[in-house]
Amino acid sequence: MEILLALGIGLIFACGIFLVLRPRSFSVVLGLALLSYGVNLLIFMGGRIDRIAPPLSLPGATGLADPLPQALVLTAIVIGFGMTAYLVALALRSLGETGSDRVDVGGPGDGAGEDLNTLRAEDRADGAADRAIDDGRGGGASR
Amino acid sequence: MNHLPILPLLIPFMAAAIMLALGQRGVAHHRAIGLASMLLGALAALVLGVEAGTGTVLVYALGDWRAPFGIVLVADRLAATMVLLVYALGIPALLMAMGGADRLGRHFHPLFQLQIAGLAGAFLTGDIFNLFVFFEILLLASYTMLVHGGGPERARAGMSYVILNLVGSAMFLVAVAFIYGTLGTLNMADVAIVLPNVPAGDLALVRTAFAILVGVFLLKAAVLPMAFWLPHVYSAATPAVGALFAIMTKVGIVALLRLSVIGFGDAKATEGLLLPWLPVLALATIALGTVGVFAAKRLATVAGSLVLISSGTLLFAVAFADVPATAALLYYLPHATLATGGLFLLAGHIAERRGELGDRLVRGPCVGDRVVVGSAYAVLAVGLASLPPLSGFLGKLMLLQGAGSAGWQPLWWGALLGSGLGVTLVLSRSASLLFWQPADPLPAKPTGAGPGLGLFLLVLAGPALTVGAAPAAGWARDASAQLHARDPYVAAVLGDVPDIERERRP
Repeated sequence: MEILLALGIGLIFACGIFLVLRPRSFSVVLGLALLSYGVNLLIFMGGRIDRIAPPLSLPGATGLADPLPQALVLTAIVIGFGMTAYLVALALRSLGETGSDRVDVGGPGDGAGEDLNTLRAEDRADGAADRAIDDGRGGGASR
Repeated sequence: MNHLPILPLLIPFMAAAIMLALGQRGVAHHRAIGLASMLLGALAALVLGVEAGTGTVLVYALGDWRAPFGIVLVADRLAATMVLLVYALGIPALLMAMGGADRLGRHFHPLFQLQIAGLAGAFLTGDIFNLFVFFEILLLASYTMLVHGGGPERARAGMSYVILNLVGSAMFLVAVAFIYGTLGTLNMADVAIVLPNVPAGDLALVRTAFAILVGVFLLKAAVLPMAFWLPHVYSAATPAVGALFAIMTKVGIVALLRLSVIGFGDAKATEGLLLPWLPVLALATIALGTVGVFAAKRLATVAGSLVLISSGTLLFAVAFADVPATAALLYYLPHATLATGGLFLLAGHIAERRGELGDRLVRGPCVGDRVVVGSAYAVLAVGLASLPPLSGFLGKLMLLQGAGSAGWQPLWWGALLGSGLGVTLVLSRSASLLFWQPADPLPAKPTGAGPGLGLFLLVLAGPALTVGAAPAAGWARDASAQLHARDPYVAAVLGDVPDIERERRP
């Protein structure tokens, strides 16, 4: 059981780290969400794996589950949720302000050179494709 | 119970709540409440400093749950110093923001108060998970304050800053999970007791946990491999926010100092966790900051790179955590924080006067009323370049004498003196670009009372720390001795609980 859980948490972390390293803000947000899931499970496992022990002292119970990780995880979930919501809002604002959802592109003249240009070109191509789709829909609606 | 230790963070929390409850009643209400809260909080911090100055370690058990089962706030000399510094920097930053920057977006004042509360809490808490919570409070406020005012540059800086810190928070929680899973406690004093007796099988896990925790603190302190975000993030913020951010790297540094002295002790599990690689990284950070100062195109970016240099300097002293090094660190830290904060404010003042040129370091008509602004610049620059006679020089002298054992001395002296030379060169070149130009000076522009007073207070800090150098250095020595004694801290936190009955963990 421990091995299975450890492997599962490791897999979630691996996926999260991979996604965080992607250049677009959407995959970064997903990656951070995965990281926080992995972290929450990890904290939860810090209280040991147990099936039937209650977190409160009940008549007839032989042992107690550790209630502290549950409290910690609750705090971590709330904070992680708020942070993710804020990041999504910021990503949208950043898209509106800079016209790109790249998270790895620095300011103008930052010496990124060719990479920057290819990224911009890709963005333009994506944007053109999106606009074409929008136009198609818009045309359909007006007809 | 003495409720004093919680006041410096409760007052700004209450102020933020009141402001949010009042809603958008105009910024005048917010300003009045904010300023009143800062002054009250500063008063509480002062009283706390006086109480802690007697040598007692004040412990506040939240909800009267005793440590290690409940969360405690601990106010020793170190915590009291840092809380006082938060207010000493916060009041001028708030005064600067009252010049009109707080009108650029909504909710500036509540967020400012929350950030102050988070900072004070992070310095006061004696519990590792509670430290995480206060980190998040101050970070969430800083995320929003960073993008305050809008614009593409801030949005872009905000994205990288938020993502980096969210990953850092996730890593912090990983460390918390491992520490709780292995040691069964998150109270720092209790960790100090449990750590030497860790069973051999858990040793690797405990070591990993603390290594991750140190890594997170170093990310907050912006040490070299994780330092590149800082200059462009700090310089993108509005000047008042940038000035307040000058203390945020110090949260990581002080947390690391406290953890390494109180928590680690001489335990085998954490042996050699900081030495010898932390001094290397610290020296490299100083070098990077110096290069950054030369490369900077704006005065605010110069200030951002100076934050890096001071981070590296302080972390080098943290790595050799002994009494003289810590004493030097505690004298240098307030000086470095207040002077860098002052430079951020000054960059804002200069940008306001130069119109389109902003604070960019390019030729142009020189700043109007250059006698006033120029002398403020001169005092700050002498402090930042660590030239005699101001406190920067005294602080660096103490650091040169106190930190680093024999083998490190040549590198340490080379890095500190070299970076001092670099900063001197850049700051004098900037002065000639800003103040000594043949073209007619721009018309003098009256400064609002708030921003002017804010800048004046921070400019005054350097001379004040110089005139009061003897008592300040004495205080720093006492604080350092108290921190390194460890036993008073542990005894005060855990009280008269002689042997806590620990459950056996499977």
